[in-house]
Amino acid sequence: MVASFRNFLHYKELLFELVRRDFITKYRRSILGMLWSLLNPLGMMLILTAVFSHLFRGGIENFPVYLMCGTVIFNFFNEATSVSMGSVLGNASLIKKVYVPKYLFPMASIFSSFINLATSFVALIIVMIVTKTAVAWTILLFWVPIVYVFVFALGLGLFLSALVVSFRDMQHLYGILVTAWMYLTPIFYPITMLPPWLRPLVGGVNPLGVIIEMFRDFVLNGIMPDPMLHVKALLWCVAAMTLGLITFVKQQDSFILKI
Amino acid sequence: MSDTIVKVENVEIMFRLYREQVHNLKEVVIKKLKRQLAYDEFWALRDINFEVKRGESVALVGKNGSGKSTLLKTIAGVLKPTAGTVTLGGTVAPMIELGAGFDFELTARENVFLNGAILGYPKDMMQENYQKIVEFSELEEFMDVPVKNFSSGMMARLGFAIATIYTPDILIVDEILSVGDQAFQLKCQTRIDEMLSSGTTLLFVSHSMEQVKQVCNRAILLSHGRMILDDKVDTVSYCYDEI
Repeated sequence: MVASFRNFLHYKELLFELVRRDFITKYRRSILGMLWSLLNPLGMMLILTAVFSHLFRGGIENFPVYLMCGTVIFNFFNEATSVSMGSVLGNASLIKKVYVPKYLFPMASIFSSFINLATSFVALIIVMIVTKTAVAWTILLFWVPIVYVFVFALGLGLFLSALVVSFRDMQHLYGILVTAWMYLTPIFYPITMLPPWLRPLVGGVNPLGVIIEMFRDFVLNGIMPDPMLHVKALLWCVAAMTLGLITFVKQQDSFILKI
Repeated sequence: MSDTIVKVENVEIMFRLYREQVHNLKEVVIKKLKRQLAYDEFWALRDINFEVKRGESVALVGKNGSGKSTLLKTIAGVLKPTAGTVTLGGTVAPMIELGAGFDFELTARENVFLNGAILGYPKDMMQENYQKIVEFSELEEFMDVPVKNFSSGMMARLGFAIATIYTPDILIVDEILSVGDQAFQLKCQTRIDEMLSSGTTLLFVSHSMEQVKQVCNRAILLSHGRMILDDKVDTVSYCYDEI
């Protein structure tokens, strides 16, 4: 335990360099560069608002902000887990030649996506100012659900990146799973729109539903969320990290034989 | 003090040779049901035992497929042995492939820092020695060019310059000195000699007995994953020619 922590400290600069690499290669040769990670969520928000404010009039006040609270969290989760899933396979040539702690690859992917989350958050603030959304002091706690979704995505990312080495089908399957997950999360509809039997599952169990609800309470509704939400989010984080770490540690020595 | 810096004990490595690559769940399930998921065991290394003392330079020689590279990778920590242990008493600079981990989209300058981090070198040290790396690789005017536009020789030069900027306790070299032109090979040779004289331990794989005789004083002969001989270079060289 102590040894692996010291090992992590030794390689912390590699984590930083890997994130930097992702960041540089992502925007290299595009004219607007980093601005895209701000423009992207704004553009998506405009389209979705235009579409859904006509389709669902589920009595959501301030739909643009309601929507963006959901998409900011969900898009981070989607990007982080999808990218980290391919990170071990993508660095195959390196893993075969040099010893590096392999968990750094999925971890770096999560951090790279996290930079995107930060810019999307700036986009959210812009939208809140434009729509003159009233804020309460609770907005200062916006980072709490972000920590939850970060840890949850890290755990799942570790799990997926190890799993996909043995079962490549996961790469294709995961896209479908995430789409289903997105529709089962109240991002652009209110939970009250669902039939009653489905509500506990979507709002009460679904970790992303829980985290998004908490985020909306802090940012949009200006209230302290139900303590049960914290309990659920924490349990999901612990579960994801346990699953991820156990799978990854068990599998990591055989990566080199399979990639 | 002649302490042991590399200790290889009873190392064995087994690969499973699946007759067909099986990579998806459907195939796995079907083959499991049909009991077709048979594989052959292939022992790439068997019963490897040796010690290397600080400052020694040891060559691993043998034919293609005899397990030299596998053994080097095991010592470098890239491969985990199926059985047995490898104990190292110092820092390792692995040169199994020069420029492993270069990102082709990044410039040479950016790759210097990325590669330094991959080798576990601290950043401030890389910054301090950046100029030395550039000078050694003779790539001054190409440092802001993406590596994808480099020739293999240029990449090898940059890779060697980064990996050797710092004098490790153990240097692992796998058949890399065959790249680059004569002048650069000579330069690499000089740098390795320099490291050796400052006390670095060298593990060396090469097919050129000439080179081995030049650099090493001891050699281990491998054949089909087993150690055949562990002796002075001249003796091993003689036997190598025999088999």
